[in-house]
Amino acid sequence: MPSSVMPTTNSGTGPRASAAVTALGLRKSYGDKTVLDGIDLRIPAGSVFALLGPNGAGKTTTVKILSTLVSADGGQAQVAGHDLAADPQAVRAAIGVTGQFSAVDGLITGEENMLLMADLHLIPRPAGRRIAAELLERFGLTDAAKKPAATYSGGMKRRLDIAMTLVGSPRIIFLDEPTTGLDPRSRHTMWQIIRELVTGGVTVLLTTQYLEEADQLADRIAVLHHGTLAAEGTAEELKRLVPGGHVRLRFTHPDTYRDAATALPHSTRDDDALTLRAPSDGSQRDLRALLDRLDTAGLQADHLTVHTPDLDDVFLALTGDTTTPTPTTRPHQPDQSKETAR
Amino acid sequence: MSNLTLAARNSSTMLRRNLLHARRYPSLTLNLLLTPVMLLLLFVYVFGDTISAGIGGAPDRSAYIAYLVPGLLLMTIGSTTIGTAVSVSNDMSEGIIARFRTMPIHRGSVLTGHVVGSVLQSVISVILVGAVAAAIGFRSTDATPVEWLAALGLLVLFTLALTWIAVGMGLISPNAEAASNNALPLIFLPLISSTFVPIDAMPGWFQPIAEYQPFTPAIETLRGLLLGTAIGHNGWLALAWCLALTVLGYAWATSKFNSQGK
Repeated sequence: MPSSVMPTTNSGTGPRASAAVTALGLRKSYGDKTVLDGIDLRIPAGSVFALLGPNGAGKTTTVKILSTLVSADGGQAQVAGHDLAADPQAVRAAIGVTGQFSAVDGLITGEENMLLMADLHLIPRPAGRRIAAELLERFGLTDAAKKPAATYSGGMKRRLDIAMTLVGSPRIIFLDEPTTGLDPRSRHTMWQIIRELVTGGVTVLLTTQYLEEADQLADRIAVLHHGTLAAEGTAEELKRLVPGGHVRLRFTHPDTYRDAATALPHSTRDDDALTLRAPSDGSQRDLRALLDRLDTAGLQADHLTVHTPDLDDVFLALTGDTTTPTPTTRPHQPDQSKETAR
Repeated sequence: MSNLTLAARNSSTMLRRNLLHARRYPSLTLNLLLTPVMLLLLFVYVFGDTISAGIGGAPDRSAYIAYLVPGLLLMTIGSTTIGTAVSVSNDMSEGIIARFRTMPIHRGSVLTGHVVGSVLQSVISVILVGAVAAAIGFRSTDATPVEWLAALGLLVLFTLALTWIAVGMGLISPNAEAASNNALPLIFLPLISSTFVPIDAMPGWFQPIAEYQPFTPAIETLRGLLLGTAIGHNGWLALAWCLALTVLGYAWATSKFNSQGK
């Protein structure tokens, strides 16, 4: 682990709020491939906790272990106060899981899926029907309720999936990459849904590949890398670890470029490209100060780009690993941390 | 709530789910029904005269229908359980099974639902094939009500045994194609049993294989019950096969299901 990394132990040493999930030294290998190499987690009840990492970091394995789908090779964990190994059935009674691949029965209708869940939770028929109808309504699926789930769009399936998870009124919800594969619109709907879940008092553990998503939703974020926690903290704390927030200014005239370089003495010069890199946290105040300085000098950049730290930067800073798969491998997922202004 | 009540309630929910699947997508079951019906018609109307002449002396179609039907009823069961293997394999590839595993439900209910659903489908299939047989002239010769009941019991036991085996085959198959290939013995075995010709009409070296495989004792027992032929030791053999395959299939399928996804 590089020295620049913050400690992965939980910083909350004060009065310990009751924890929804605690894990100590979780290990898991498949054959001789180590997927999790000693994970410690403490998720306070009623909070949103994000596990951030690229594919293959061990996010899904962590969720599978905590949701009793697979057993850990080493370490121990309590979920909702119950030991995973000793009383998995009590853990199952407290949790709800929505996996990366939709866990709906495609052959039957959305409504039948909901009633199936109600039946399995032993909810009496009339109450089950009422709960199913309410949840379908809440997730905008009432019109599609009588259609086979296989005909649903990706976003609808994911909403049905979450609706099914909520039938049993879980206190802790695991969401494994809830927005992967969704178009931007469905993605924002999903964010809204997750925010509403939390106001209901449940604890949410979500995994994601996108820093922005963790930033938007989570109280605390743990960065998972090659089966270990590279860092843990709030979004702000993590971003502070990451250098690389800057504004790029491109000029066409060498004279303007030279003057600008003088006006912005802290910037890094790229003389060949006539481009300046001025350090910036991307905030409005910071940008205004920068533009004011250019205006005062009577200069105008031909092209201006704001770069805020993204998952790439976090990973580079935390792990020095340049081979990390990045969100840009998903063509429909535009890099939202860069905004271009002309 | 006791474990048994939970098991019963969850299993009946799972059964309803499987029956819903079967009702909504009946084509698989119907396709599998075609095989025994086609074979029945083929062997009666195309090969019937020749074969019955070969085994009985004089061509006698109605006697040959009577000879064929018990074997074909059991073949119907074998054929239907291929559908079980396919649907179990399909089901296991669905995310919903992972969801079931994270819910506070009775573990075994997923498989129990499949097995009970499949047994019900097999019984319906047997009735349909039996109806076709009756329509082309099959009649039981003075079987008593007790014998009818015993015949029904044998069919259900046999179905249960093959279904658990088929569930195990479905669980070890990565996809539907593999499942239908793995389950091929269930339709192949009745072809090398006493369904079409008596065992002693087969080559000597082959007779022990045909005689002691699971289908022949069950066929001979059913024949005895419905047509009054000698059952001999076949009744016990059939019962032993049914029990052994049920226990084996149950243990195999359950351990496969519990270890999956680990």
